[in-house]
Amino acid sequence: MRVVLAEDLALLRDGLIRLLSAYDFDVVEAVDNAPSLLRALTTHRPDVAVIDVRLPPTFTDEGLRAAIQARAEVPGLPVLVLSQHVEQLYARELLSDRAGGVGYLLKDRVSHVGQFVDSVRRVAAGGTAMDPEVVSRLLARRTADEPLGRLTPREREVLGLMAEGRSNAAIAGRLFVTEKAVGKHINNIFGKLGLPPSEDDNRRVLAVLAYLNG
Amino acid sequence: MAEFGDDLRSGVRHGAVATVRGLALPVLALALGLPLFLAWVLSSVLVVAGIGLVLLPLTIVATRNLATLHRRFATEWSGVAIAVPYRPAPAYSRFGPRRAWQRVRWMLRDPATWRDLLWLLAEVPVGLVLGLFPGAAIATGIEGIVVPQLLWTLGVLPNGFGFGTIWPIRTHTDVWLAVGEGVLLVLVGLLVAPWMLRVHALFARLLLAPTRKAELVLRVSHLTRTRTETVDAQAAELRRIERDLHDGAQARLVALSMSIGLAEDLITRDPEGARALLVEARRSSGEALSELRDLVAGIHPPVLAERGLDGAVRALAMALPIPVETDVDLPGRPQAPVESALYFAAAEALTNVAKHSGASAARVRLEYTGTHLRLAVQDTGRGGASLDAGTGLRGVARRLSALDGTLALSSPPDGPTVVLMEIPCVLSSPKTSRSSETA
Repeated sequence: MRVVLAEDLALLRDGLIRLLSAYDFDVVEAVDNAPSLLRALTTHRPDVAVIDVRLPPTFTDEGLRAAIQARAEVPGLPVLVLSQHVEQLYARELLSDRAGGVGYLLKDRVSHVGQFVDSVRRVAAGGTAMDPEVVSRLLARRTADEPLGRLTPREREVLGLMAEGRSNAAIAGRLFVTEKAVGKHINNIFGKLGLPPSEDDNRRVLAVLAYLNG
Repeated sequence: MAEFGDDLRSGVRHGAVATVRGLALPVLALALGLPLFLAWVLSSVLVVAGIGLVLLPLTIVATRNLATLHRRFATEWSGVAIAVPYRPAPAYSRFGPRRAWQRVRWMLRDPATWRDLLWLLAEVPVGLVLGLFPGAAIATGIEGIVVPQLLWTLGVLPNGFGFGTIWPIRTHTDVWLAVGEGVLLVLVGLLVAPWMLRVHALFARLLLAPTRKAELVLRVSHLTRTRTETVDAQAAELRRIERDLHDGAQARLVALSMSIGLAEDLITRDPEGARALLVEARRSSGEALSELRDLVAGIHPPVLAERGLDGAVRALAMALPIPVETDVDLPGRPQAPVESALYFAAAEALTNVAKHSGASAARVRLEYTGTHLRLAVQDTGRGGASLDAGTGLRGVARRLSALDGTLALSSPPDGPTVVLMEIPCVLSSPKTSRSSETA
């Protein structure tokens, strides 16, 4: 699997290259600034990009902006954005093109190597990987707004785990219910959010997006 | 024609209100001004006898209250704003008599006290004349309309009786001329009444407004106070950061390197034990990172650095557990201290909304007025918030005042609560950023 990596701190960049290579990812290019990132993304068209939010030259959010711009040029280009802090605002911006293949994680999550690598693979496959920190803040939200307000607490929980990018089996394991029950919850969620039957992955992204917007 | 009628009616009402207000001036001048002036004279004489030491401060305070009432009248009746010029009270000693003496000295040393006295002396005749004139004109006018006519009708018009320029009244035509003059007088009274109030307000401003010097003295004392508070707050902030780092991230990193060192030792003898230690080490590092993240967010939130006030306020609104409508209209970026102060102010206000208001929705509006950056946070909650209820808004007000900013809170019982914050500033790097949404 071909990966483009953007991280300005050499120590972290080398660590990530080592980590990804150890799990049979092929790091085709590792860059340390936003302009090179944009060029690398559009020329290599990697299977997935791992991007730090804050990059030179201005050290604000050009990593994020470059990711969004690259996805505008290469629709659906899978990007996993890493940051020292997570903002719901950024998560929403990343997902707003509704194309899936988006991850947004705290840098700390890299230390759980297995889970991190799973997230990279999931994003490459067109799924989502939202940081539990973003999701937990969403769960704390009491919303009277339609249609999210119509979800039961259990359905909201399932939707949160979907946002983190967990599979039905993983959600079932987490909530101590059967996979069939999870499937039913998910169908209820799709129904209540008014998402028409389509490819399951895409519906999952749309559901998560509705969640972030709610 | 109807318009003219409306104009006339509103003009008459305006004049009548001003006339009645004007009548308050001589009443105040005679009932309070004159006695207060006498009290001044009396207490100055009696200072030698000691009684004056008690009487004098009372007189001064009463004069200040009367003067401030007139400042308010000037603002509310004539739109002439007059700031309060008194110097702030010094720190008193606790000991009674000494305290009293310090108080008298503070008041006597304030030039505003002496300007008040001068004003008091002048206000008695000025208030009398300006206040009575319209009322007197109208009363005389009414007399001219009613009395000659009445006496003529009754046939008891005394020989040699007259009114205005008609003196004496001999024929019925003369009576009508008197009525005409009376109407004219009433109109003049109504017309000049607002102007008399305005002249009176300008006269009050002459003596009751702070002099340029007094303004500077007030400004210096304001700056001294806010500087002290800022320096104190910063020192406390640095202490807090030091303590958080020392007890938090630093301690965790020590534990982390210890676990790794132990694991290094154990790795050949007891691989399982080494593994457990490494798991422990990873947990430590995660906790250290999370503590550092919170610390950084408290110093300068990353989202503020990345997106400016616009994005940061929207991120704050999104993080709230209730829907928050945000409306941002910023044509550029303010200076960093202003951004930071307003960000933390918004964070505090929104935290209060989430924690205390019980509101189901809130609204944040951020706009630039041309001179000020204004942030309004409004909720639909239960109201009854106060600066003294430990909501942290007092601290916000203090922080804003270091930048000459202000905080106003309106929170009637049953709501809604509105917190309005303003900081004077100029914007740099003009760019149009206007966004409005519900998060």
